[in-house]
Amino acid sequence: MPLFILASIVVAIVIFILMRLPGIEYLFVAGYTIVQYIVLSTAWNILGGYCGYVNFGSAAFFALGAYSTVTLATFGLQLDELVPESMAPYFHLIFPLPIPVLIVIGGIVSGIVGFGTGYLTLRLRGAFFAIATLALSVVLATLVVNWDFVGGSGGAYVVRPGKFPGLGSYMQYLFLLMLGLAVLSVVLARWIERSRLGYGFAAIRDDELAAEASGVPTLRLKLIATTLSGALMGMAGAPFPYYIGYLAPASAFGLEYAVNSIAMPLIGGTTNWIGPVIGTILLGTLQQVTTVTISSAVNVLLVGVLLIAFVIIAPNGIVGLVQERLRARRQK
Amino acid sequence: MTALLSVQNVGKRFGGFVALDGINLEVQPGERLGLIGPNGSGKSTLVNCICGTLRNEQGSVHFDGQLMNGLAAHERTHRGLSRSFQLPRPFPSLTLADNLRIPMLYTVHHRNGTPLHADNIDARCHELLQMVDLEKKARHLPRDLTQVEMRKLELARAMAAEPKLLIADEAMAGLSHSEIEDILALLMRLNESGITVIMIEHIMTAVMAFSQRLAVLVSGKKIADGKPEDVVRDPDVVRAYLGE
Ligand SMILES: Nc1ncnc2c1ncn2[C@@H]1O[C@H](COP(=O)(O)OP(=O)(O)OP(=O)(O)O)[C@@H](O)[C@H]1O
Ligand SMILES: [Mg+2]
Repeated sequence: MPLFILASIVVAIVIFILMRLPGIEYLFVAGYTIVQYIVLSTAWNILGGYCGYVNFGSAAFFALGAYSTVTLATFGLQLDELVPESMAPYFHLIFPLPIPVLIVIGGIVSGIVGFGTGYLTLRLRGAFFAIATLALSVVLATLVVNWDFVGGSGGAYVVRPGKFPGLGSYMQYLFLLMLGLAVLSVVLARWIERSRLGYGFAAIRDDELAAEASGVPTLRLKLIATTLSGALMGMAGAPFPYYIGYLAPASAFGLEYAVNSIAMPLIGGTTNWIGPVIGTILLGTLQQVTTVTISSAVNVLLVGVLLIAFVIIAPNGIVGLVQERLRARRQK
Repeated sequence: MTALLSVQNVGKRFGGFVALDGINLEVQPGERLGLIGPNGSGKSTLVNCICGTLRNEQGSVHFDGQLMNGLAAHERTHRGLSRSFQLPRPFPSLTLADNLRIPMLYTVHHRNGTPLHADNIDARCHELLQMVDLEKKARHLPRDLTQVEMRKLELARAMAAEPKLLIADEAMAGLSHSEIEDILALLMRLNESGITVIMIEHIMTAVMAFSQRLAVLVSGKKIADGKPEDVVRDPDVVRAYLGE
């Protein structure tokens, strides 16, 4: 395990260094989106792939992280009006909050909402659970649209500093942070897989009655999964307002978050941490290419076509296909 | 001597249909009880109510001196109740060895305060698979098994939880004569090691060979309970079986 952590950190650093070489800033803009989806799809997979509970509300958890940041950034800008004069100097000391702190806060907020959602909906199974998560997304979007402090339907501007000391551009800093989050989620996912928790998740996915009869506390484990999954999605969303510069509800609650965070693990394979990573790199890169060459509107169509193709050719994703081959060979 | 399992006046309905009607049943520590009854008489439903898979709306279940009502199925398993499902419910995406690992990790793991070592779990998985003659398929998935093997896996998983009371719900259906002998011997050995066993079975030779006591359910009611050789001669029991 420590070796794996070390290896992922090394890989992340190598990626970062390689990306700096050509000196093209756009690489970081495009790369950020892909790495962000590694976090989202890995987070989705902890609940969807390991436990078998399909979450259609990824956008809600992502947006919660993003809007936690917007709320705190707006609060920071309006400090002098919102805080008693005697207290203001202290607040000015800590605001604006650094992004790593915002990431932690976004994670906590989304984690709490994940826990609450789990508590309210986990007695639902299959399609009913999926629909409930979709409903959560709609409810939260409606709340945000009607909350003027964070800009309401008009959205809010978050000013991104131009430079980050030591790295040059701020975009590179954001990219590096997201890369760190990707390492964290992949390490967490892999740890879960090999732990007692992961076996419990697999038992839940396979047969909840049999899991209970074997002593697995299914409700508690599902709450752990919704909390972890929600928290990671919120962490992925927290830096987003700084990335995009202007956050509107439509972009934070975008359909593509829900769709991609499901499609990427399904294409890559859901039973193994590497599946979502492979799926994201494939689909994410393809989407970046079509966005540049054709139009971003093609992306959702692309996802649809790929999903159908995979359901037919490789229902267990790319990893499933490989595992199947290996198993067949071993048993010969 | 206090009973290990005590079922008092348990009732269960499915809609308007009364599946269990005021069942009383006691099982003493170390006992071998046979539970028989025609198809649909409520045997599996009783098991489900004892183990918490279903909630009985009437009556109470005590196990090992504790009231089970309100406890989730996994909590009952932790306290030493274990059952096999009549229709096997393996974990399809896990290998046979990992199927057995689940109860070990979640039920046996913390029971004695000290966590099990990974090597011990591996060894125990293989030992159990060997007992039911499946060790060669330890790394296979359940879909590679025949129906008969699936039943053996189901029984092995129930045993893996190291229960005080094991309920085997038709573990022998479809097995050949020699396989029945093997499973009977296995259950006997378990019983000799101190585990109380309830066997639900339609194969009368097996039940008669195994049971120290026999209880009979008919249409959700217990109509007889006593020495096996007396029970099978009981006029009510004979009528229930032959009068169908
Ligand atoms: N979940 C359920 N919903 C509705 N009815 C049920 C349910 N489970 C069992 N029943 C009904 O309750 C009755 C008792 O079923 P049960 O499975 O307990 O019988 P059994 O004695 O185990 O029979 P068998 O020997 O065939 O296994 C049957 O009539 C069955 O149809
Ligand atoms: Mg039955």
